[in-house]
Amino acid sequence: MALQSLDIKQRSATTTPPPQARQTVEIAKLIDVSACIGCKACQVACMEWNDVRDEVGSNHGVYDNPMDLTEKSWTVMRFSEVEQNNKLEWLIRKDGCMHCSDPGCLKACPAPGAIIQYSNGIVDFHQENCIGCGYCVTGCPFNVPRISKTDSKAYKCTLCSDRVAVNQAPACAKSCPTGAIQFGSKEDMKDYAAKRIGDLKERGFDKAGLYDPEGVGGTHVMYVLHHADQPGLYAGLPENPSVSPLVSLWKGFAKPLATLALAGVALGSLFHYVTKGPNEVSKEIEDEIEREDKEEAK
Amino acid sequence: MIRDPKDLKRYTASERANHWVVGISFILLALSGLAFFHPAFFPLTQLFGGPVWARIIHPYLGVLMAVSFLGLFIRFRHLNKMTPADKEWLSKAKQMVDGDDHNMPEQGKYNGGQKVMFWALAVCMLLMTVSGIFIWRAWFGFDITLVRLGAVVHAAAGAVMIGLIMVHVYAAIWVKGTIRAMWYGTVTRAWAKQHHRGWYRQVTGK
Ligand code: HEM
Ligand code: SF4
Ligand code: SF4
Repeated sequence: MALQSLDIKQRSATTTPPPQARQTVEIAKLIDVSACIGCKACQVACMEWNDVRDEVGSNHGVYDNPMDLTEKSWTVMRFSEVEQNNKLEWLIRKDGCMHCSDPGCLKACPAPGAIIQYSNGIVDFHQENCIGCGYCVTGCPFNVPRISKTDSKAYKCTLCSDRVAVNQAPACAKSCPTGAIQFGSKEDMKDYAAKRIGDLKERGFDKAGLYDPEGVGGTHVMYVLHHADQPGLYAGLPENPSVSPLVSLWKGFAKPLATLALAGVALGSLFHYVTKGPNEVSKEIEDEIEREDKEEAK
Repeated sequence: MIRDPKDLKRYTASERANHWVVGISFILLALSGLAFFHPAFFPLTQLFGGPVWARIIHPYLGVLMAVSFLGLFIRFRHLNKMTPADKEWLSKAKQMVDGDDHNMPEQGKYNGGQKVMFWALAVCMLLMTVSGIFIWRAWFGFDITLVRLGAVVHAAAGAVMIGLIMVHVYAAIWVKGTIRAMWYGTVTRAWAKQHHRGWYRQVTGK
């Protein structure tokens, strides 16, 4: 058997159950937004470890660089200037895949094995099985996957599944100089977050809290936010993310039913033919036409 | 099949060619589309040179079909206006399906069922084309809600349309002497007199 750390929990476009005998510890990455200084060491570490080099872009007059996630920038720092309690606050959120427990990308993907959820919680794209349809983008509630313009494959943060598989922390967590990115079991990360939230509350951020949204079954990338009551402040982090009802409708129970209905139409037609028989032109009408022809010939 | 010079002309060569382009592209679209519709059909992608090719080709076939369907639509829309006789035909359709067509009212070139099929397919085709463009990521990047809506509509209208076409094809197989109209363009006088008596009178003057 392959590495236990790569045991599979869910596989895209696969209707049979995955192996379930062994249990793996769920892991998580905790991003403490209140401790981030926006140095982007994590962005660099991500590029280095994963060997991706984005185009050198241009300066847009803000600190965000690059301006958005791309197929080669799997994490970006998003900078927001907001006013809270009559004070200017500079909020910096490391954006990227949240590694949802209920991943909309995986639900939407039509290609078997193009998206894998490991039993440790990591959601990973396997580009060799990806067909480039972009359904993952349609399914994701966080607008994360990006389709490459060169190879038409979908890319996003892997949570360094290759490092985690051999018991190493993700490259970003390893590189963060302030300890704003923590990595460990999901349980431990929640405990750590609780301490940080306690500290923040003492410092007057009484709305501080953990971002581990229930709507997607919780995530394996969590944030400590000083204003957990207003996640939107952090460059539009969704308040109650969940897989869109349209996506659930599209990928839900209606499809197997429609498949059965189509099979029913095909079989129904066959049995109609063999029970009622073909609809032939009646003998009388054929005779009538023959008679007319003979009369005309006279 | 020996062709009788007294057979009635039902379709011109260009109408038939137009119909075959739509038919072939529809079958290819349905096979490639179903592959993305549900994992059970994913192996169909092998018919198109693999899953990535199926994904690439499908929308272009869609454009071909949309354009050629528009041709059919313009040619035949005048002949598919509903009349009271069509409504009567439809109300008795069950008898016909049960194998007894003695009580069916006289029909023109198309019967009520064919007309309903025509309009249902036209609506589905429009929905498929518009929603197909919404979800075509290779060329377009519409607002996420439109794309999600497009995905739902494309899958739903696609399933309905595949069902309709199955009925359309089966009807042609069931009613003997029909399929040749799409090969030769002609039908026998007896066929016309039995199934489309109004049209038979019109073209023969009898
Ligand atoms: C008229 C123009 C059409 C366009 C532009 C179009 C475009 C698309 C696109 C872009 C996709 C996503 C996969 C891909 O990227 O290849 C798709 C999926 C699909 N198409 Fe089409 N298509 C069209 C017509 C049709 C027709 C006539 C059918 C046949 C019934 C069909 C059936 C499907 C199905 C079943 C899917 C999968 C939907 C799902 O994943 O739930 N399409 N189409
Ligand atoms: S954030 Fe988006 S891409 Fe990441 S696991 Fe969740 S749904 Fe998938
Ligand atoms: S683009 Fe690739 S990963 Fe995304 S849904 Fe399509 S096949 Fe799956």
